[in-house]
Amino acid sequence: MNQGPARKNEHIYTLNMGPQHPSTHGVLRIILELDGEYIITAEPVLGYIHRMHEKMGENRPYPRFIANMSRLDYVGPMLYNHLFTAAVEKLSGIEVPPRAEHVRIITAELSRVASHLLWMGAFLMDLGAFTPILYTFDDREAILDLLESVCGARITFSYFRFGGVCNDISADFIEGTRAFIKLLRTRFPMYEKLVTKNIIFEKRVKDIGVITPEMARLYGVTGPALRASGISYDVRKNEPYSIYPEFEFEIPCGENGDCFDRYIVRMLEMEQSLRIIEQALDKIPDGPVMAKHAPLKLHPAPGETYFTVESARGEAGLLLISDGSDTPYRLKLRTPGFSNLSVLEELAKGILLSDLVAIMGSLDLVIPEIDR
Amino acid sequence: MIKYFKDIFLGAQSLLVGLWVTIGYMFKPIVTVQYPREKNKIPPAYRGHLEFTRDPETGGSRCVVCLRCVQSCPSKCISIDWEIKGEKRKRILKSYVQDFTRCSQCGLCVEACELGAIRFSNEYELVGFAKEDFYFNLVKMLEKR
Amino acid sequence: MALLPPEFIRILISSVLIVSFVFLNAMILVYIERKVAGHIQRRPGPMEVGPHGILQTLIDGLKLMGKQIIFPDNIDKPLFCIAPLLAFVPAVVAFVVIPFSPKLQAVDLDMGIIFILALASLNVLAILLAGWSSNNKYSLIGAMRSVAQNIAYEIPMLLSLLAVLFMTNSLSMKSIVEAQKPLWFIVVQPVAFLIYFIASLAETNRAPFDLPEAESELTAGFHTEYGGMAYGLFYLGEYANMVMVGAITTTFFLGGWSGPPLPYMEYSGAFWFLAKVYFIVFSMIWFRWTFPRVRFDQLMNFCWKIMVPFGLVNLMITALVLKI
Repeated sequence: MNQGPARKNEHIYTLNMGPQHPSTHGVLRIILELDGEYIITAEPVLGYIHRMHEKMGENRPYPRFIANMSRLDYVGPMLYNHLFTAAVEKLSGIEVPPRAEHVRIITAELSRVASHLLWMGAFLMDLGAFTPILYTFDDREAILDLLESVCGARITFSYFRFGGVCNDISADFIEGTRAFIKLLRTRFPMYEKLVTKNIIFEKRVKDIGVITPEMARLYGVTGPALRASGISYDVRKNEPYSIYPEFEFEIPCGENGDCFDRYIVRMLEMEQSLRIIEQALDKIPDGPVMAKHAPLKLHPAPGETYFTVESARGEAGLLLISDGSDTPYRLKLRTPGFSNLSVLEELAKGILLSDLVAIMGSLDLVIPEIDR
Repeated sequence: MIKYFKDIFLGAQSLLVGLWVTIGYMFKPIVTVQYPREKNKIPPAYRGHLEFTRDPETGGSRCVVCLRCVQSCPSKCISIDWEIKGEKRKRILKSYVQDFTRCSQCGLCVEACELGAIRFSNEYELVGFAKEDFYFNLVKMLEKR
Repeated sequence: MALLPPEFIRILISSVLIVSFVFLNAMILVYIERKVAGHIQRRPGPMEVGPHGILQTLIDGLKLMGKQIIFPDNIDKPLFCIAPLLAFVPAVVAFVVIPFSPKLQAVDLDMGIIFILALASLNVLAILLAGWSSNNKYSLIGAMRSVAQNIAYEIPMLLSLLAVLFMTNSLSMKSIVEAQKPLWFIVVQPVAFLIYFIASLAETNRAPFDLPEAESELTAGFHTEYGGMAYGLFYLGEYANMVMVGAITTTFFLGGWSGPPLPYMEYSGAFWFLAKVYFIVFSMIWFRWTFPRVRFDQLMNFCWKIMVPFGLVNLMITALVLKI
C-alpha cells in the first residue's frame, strides 16, 4: 500500500505541523518534508511547554514537589503520584500501611483506565470519528467523579503522600467503584461494535506504523506500544513494586506492533486493570492510610535511588539523589512518552500524512509529560 | 474473487452495526449536565479555596499563627500578617490572605495545620475581573459567613 | 412600464423562492445536524438561543456576517474572492430544475439531470481555487485531494444514474419521477442507489469522505484561511449540495413527490418530496457522526476497485434486461 515517494528531490516541500495543530494534542511541532502527501522526513520539535519540572524539584523540599507530579502527566496523574512518593519512600525508608497500598493501587489503576479511555477517544478523533470520544468521556467522567469524591480534585490529584495517602476511601467509594466496573464491562462490547470491528477503522490502522521488537528495543519504547510489538514487558510484572505481586493479572501482548495492536493492547489492559481493582477492593484491609511516623520534614540520608512504575504510557522512572538536605540534589525523570516519540521519526518515513496522524494517536503522546 | 465479495459484505455489515449503535444512543437520555440550570453535587472532599473553620468557643478562627501552612506551601501563596500582644507575647492574627491565582490545591497546608483551623471550601463558582479578586482574605470571609 | 412576459415573472418568483429555500434549508440543516450530532453523542446540542436552541443558526449566521474577512499575505486575491461564490452559486442554481411537486418546478429542462451534474462539478473548481489561492499548504493539500476525489467519484455516480436513465429514456427530471409511478427505482435498481448514495457522499465531501477538510490532518483543509461570510458561503454551499444530493436521490430512486395522496397533490406532493430529501440528508448526518475518515489511497481504491466495476456491471445488466 505504501510504496513511498514516487520521485525524489522533486516537488519536495516543508510543512510545519504544529505547534498548534488539532492532532498533535498539545504543543508538539513536527517539521515534515513532504512529497505530495508522502512524508520523507518528520522531525519532532519539543520545547514549547518546557516548565523545568526537574529543576523545580531540586529547589524545593520533597513534599512540595507532589503537586508538580500531577502536572506532568495530566491524563493519568495518579500513576505519577505513585512514582514520586514511592521513590522518596524508598530513598528514606518510610513504611506504607497495607490499606494505603491498596488504596494507592485502586486509585492508580482507575487513573490508568481513565487515561486509556481518554486516549481511545482522542485516537479515534484523529482518525476522524467524532462520536467515540464523547462516549469514552462519559465513562471517564465516572472515574473522575469517584476520584474527586476521595481526593477533591478531578485532574491534578496530588493525592499520595509520603507514607500513605491523604484521605481514606469511604464505603461509598468502594460501592461506586464496583458499580463503575460493572458499567464499563457493559460498555466494552459497544466499543467493539462501534470501533474495533468497523471496517474503515480497521483499514486505517492495520499494518500502519509497525514497530518491530528490534526497533522498540533500540529506541527504548515501553508500555502498550512495546507490548503491541510482542515483548511482554510490564514493570508491574517484571520489576514489581508496591503490592502488585499479590494480584492476578495478565500482560496483554500484540503480535505485529501496528496501530491496531496498540489499540487492542490498551483495550485489553483496561480489562486487566479492572481485574486488579476488583481484587484490591475484595482484599482491602482495615487500618490507617498514613504511616504513623511519617516525618513532616524529610531529610533522607545521602544516597541515590531509581524507581520505576508502569504509567499509562510506559515505564516512568525517577532518579533521586539526596545529599542529606531537605531538597533533592538531583531529580531526573524518565518519561515513557519521550522514548515513544523518538521512534516517530523512523516510522514516518514514506508514509502518508493521514498515517502519521494515526501513528501519533496510537503512541498516546502527552506533550507536557514528554516536554517536562 | 470470493474474498473480494466477502470483504465487501463483511465491511458493509460492520458499518451497519456501527450505525445501529449510534442510532441507539440517539434515543437514549442525554448524560450531560446543563450547568447554570442544573448543578453537579460537589463532594465534601472538594478542594476549593481555603477557608477558616469556626471555633465554637470564640466564634473566631482557630489560627494561632504557627506559620506551618506558609512553610508547607509549594507556591508560597499564603501570606499572614500578625501582631504581638500581651504579656505572653502571643501572636494575634491580623490577616490571612491566600493568593488563589497561584494555589495548586495540593492540600499540604490543610494537612500541616494541626489545629484544623483551615479547610477547603466547596466554593467553585469563582469569577472575577481582576487578579485581586482572587486574593482571599480568610479573616474577613469568616466574619461575613 | 412595459408589461413583462409572464414566463419571466414566473422564473423571477421561483428563483427568489429557491434562493430563500436554500438559505432556510441550510439554516434548518445546520440546526438538525447539530441536534442529531448532539443526541448521538448523548448531549442536547444547542439549547441556549430560543426554545431548544432553534435560533442558534440564525445568530451564528449573523455573527459570520458581522465578521471581517481576513485576507492573508500573498494570496491570489481575485481567486480567493471568487472561490466561495463559486461554491455557493452553482449549488443554488441547480435547484431550478428540481421537481418538488408536479407543479412546483421552476423550469422543466429536457436536459435536467445534465444541467444539475454540470453545475455540481463546478464545486470541485471552487475548492481548487480556494485551496490554490489561499497560499497555505494545508489548503493546497486539501484542494488536491478534493480534485482527485471528485473526479474519481463522478464516474460511478454517472454510471449509477445512467442505469436509471436507460429505463426512463428521458433526461427531464419530471419524466423521471413520472416513470416511477408503478414502482420506485430503488426496488429495481438497489445497486445503483447504493453506488449513487456513496458516490454523492464523496462528491459533497461529507464524512467518511471528508478528506478535503480532514480536521485532524489538515486543520480545516481548503477553507483554512477563510473567515466570516466567505467561510459561511462554503458552509451554505455544502448544505445546499447535501439537499441537492437528497433531491436527486429522491427524484431518481425514491419516486419523487409520490406518496399517500394529500389534498392539492399538485402542490402538496412537495411535502413527500421534502420528507424523502430530509431522510436522505439525515442519513448523511448519521453517517458523519458514526464513522472514522477513510484514507486517501483507500478512497481511490474503493472507487476504482469496487464502485466502478459494480457500476459497470449494473449498467450492463440493465441494458441487457431492457434489450431483451
